[in-house]
Amino acid sequence: MLARDETMAPVRTSRVDHALIAKMVARGARVLDVGCGDGALLQLLTETKDVDGRGIEVTRERVNACVARGLSVIQGDADRDLDKYPDKAFDYAILSLTIQATRRPKPVLENLLRIGRHAIVSFPNFGHWWIRSQLLVTGRMPTTANLPEPWYDSPDAHLCTIRDFVDLCGTIDARVEQKVAFNASGKQLGSWQPLFVHNMLGEKAVFLLTRD
Amino acid sequence: MSRESPDVVMEQSLDRPLARSSEIDQPSSEVVRFTDQPLVLDCGQSLSPFQVAYCTYGTLNADRSNAILVCHALTGDQYVASRNPVTGKPGWWEIMIGPGKPIDTDRFFVISANILGGCLGSTGPASLNPATGKPYGLDFPVITIGDMVKAQARLIDHLGIEQLFSVVGGSMGGMQVLEWAARYKHRVFTAIPIATAPWHSAQNIAFHEVGRQAVMADPDWVAGRYVDEGKVPRRGLAVARMAAHITYLSEEALERKFGRSLQNRVAKTFSFSADFQVESYLRHQGSTFVDRFDANSYLYITRAMDYFDLSADNGGKLANAFYGTRTRFCVVSFTSDWLYPTRESREIVQALNAVAANVSFVEIESDKGHDAFLLDEPELFATVRGFLGAAARKRGLPPAAGA
Repeated sequence: MLARDETMAPVRTSRVDHALIAKMVARGARVLDVGCGDGALLQLLTETKDVDGRGIEVTRERVNACVARGLSVIQGDADRDLDKYPDKAFDYAILSLTIQATRRPKPVLENLLRIGRHAIVSFPNFGHWWIRSQLLVTGRMPTTANLPEPWYDSPDAHLCTIRDFVDLCGTIDARVEQKVAFNASGKQLGSWQPLFVHNMLGEKAVFLLTRD
Repeated sequence: MSRESPDVVMEQSLDRPLARSSEIDQPSSEVVRFTDQPLVLDCGQSLSPFQVAYCTYGTLNADRSNAILVCHALTGDQYVASRNPVTGKPGWWEIMIGPGKPIDTDRFFVISANILGGCLGSTGPASLNPATGKPYGLDFPVITIGDMVKAQARLIDHLGIEQLFSVVGGSMGGMQVLEWAARYKHRVFTAIPIATAPWHSAQNIAFHEVGRQAVMADPDWVAGRYVDEGKVPRRGLAVARMAAHITYLSEEALERKFGRSLQNRVAKTFSFSADFQVESYLRHQGSTFVDRFDANSYLYITRAMDYFDLSADNGGKLANAFYGTRTRFCVVSFTSDWLYPTRESREIVQALNAVAANVSFVEIESDKGHDAFLLDEPELFATVRGFLGAAARKRGLPPAAGA
């Protein structure tokens, strides 16, 4: 099995955040993708990194589609179902563009750090300059390609900025091992740049975290 | 659904004595008889000799790694994908099992066995007791789901199979799947428990008790010795089946199929004949069931289901049942199944998560109630096909010939 995977084509995905997560994850790792959606990331990790992957997804149709594709996915949600998992059951617990849609992001993140040796969290950055300027200029809740719904229809109840997320990591004693921001054209911002630049220019962010 | 007049069917069948079927001791299917080593039962008694009747479909591969055991429900049998010799009807899961089907017999070697306690060839209360030369009747020991699985394991040993690629089953079949996964962890590569529960609920025990009381209240049951007396508790068993059948459907399905429609008549008859289609349908279900099933088997098997509690059997914690498992699970439930509701499948999933097992869980939208697992549910087929396909790649099984 490994030999075959080694010969597979390199990471092919249009999602820069997925490609980055695939780089962060070690080969053959045990991975839990919380809010796995259509299973694209799990499939990518399975094919390119030979991970032992599991998913949790709230939408029934998506769960069924994932399982029919051969992925190990259960119907459930991050707020309710993570409590049932034992400590350090996974090498990586991933929350990909999902934390903003949870009811209680802090316990979800704490659970993620408990279940996984590492947690990988990606989220849309509400501190991006375009969002700030929309709010400033129009006086209305901003909408973007990543956050298309109007405020009353949006599943994203807990949007945050990169700075907010860094603060939360501090509050719960999570160690940030890696933090990457992508600009609107999907380009990775230089890691040497200060936090306020990431928070201004980053449209999405990906954090690799641990907690001892 | 039959459109013949079930009123008539019921009356006829009540008068016709049922010949003791030769299928009980000498089934048309394969059968293996175990005479050397007794089967030690959970109740403390031993059963010896005993036999297991079974069917197989497809071909066992050279390294014996492509075998799938299909476990049947309360009134099912080993004829999953071939004609039932008693009813003459096609196999009960032909929609799922066969060449090119989700459980593809071009690829997998499918084994299905009549359960211990059944009445189509495996040892049960209708079988001859070697000590008396008469049917066991109530001398048959009370069995459990675990005992059924132990008997199946003997069959799998007999077939020379160390590890099953999968164990699949719905309802009571799902209980056997869970028991297999808990009891023989290293022998089960994948497990697909469908429309089932980790323990029998109070409501389900209650319904079973109604059925058993109906059987035992029939004077023709004769304290379980009806065969000796040349009788059959037809009315009791038919009522038990009618009550149980309601639990296999849903209110929606009953409304959709029958509503308040009348049966072959334009107006109410102001009598107790089957005015309504739903009455007629249930009577038909009851009377046809009596022709193919042994009343004592019904008592023993429902009892085994009532006793099923994988949590209690494992120190009160369901997760303990699966500790250390490497089996890949695919749990399936149906939205309108109120007999084994989704929340009970979720208990299984949560227990599996608690031991970090590899588990998929799919809830399928259907208005067909518990019976949905036997019916045309494309999402179920896609789930089983996809899950088994991925697991087969993991196990290194080649794709089906010609696929």
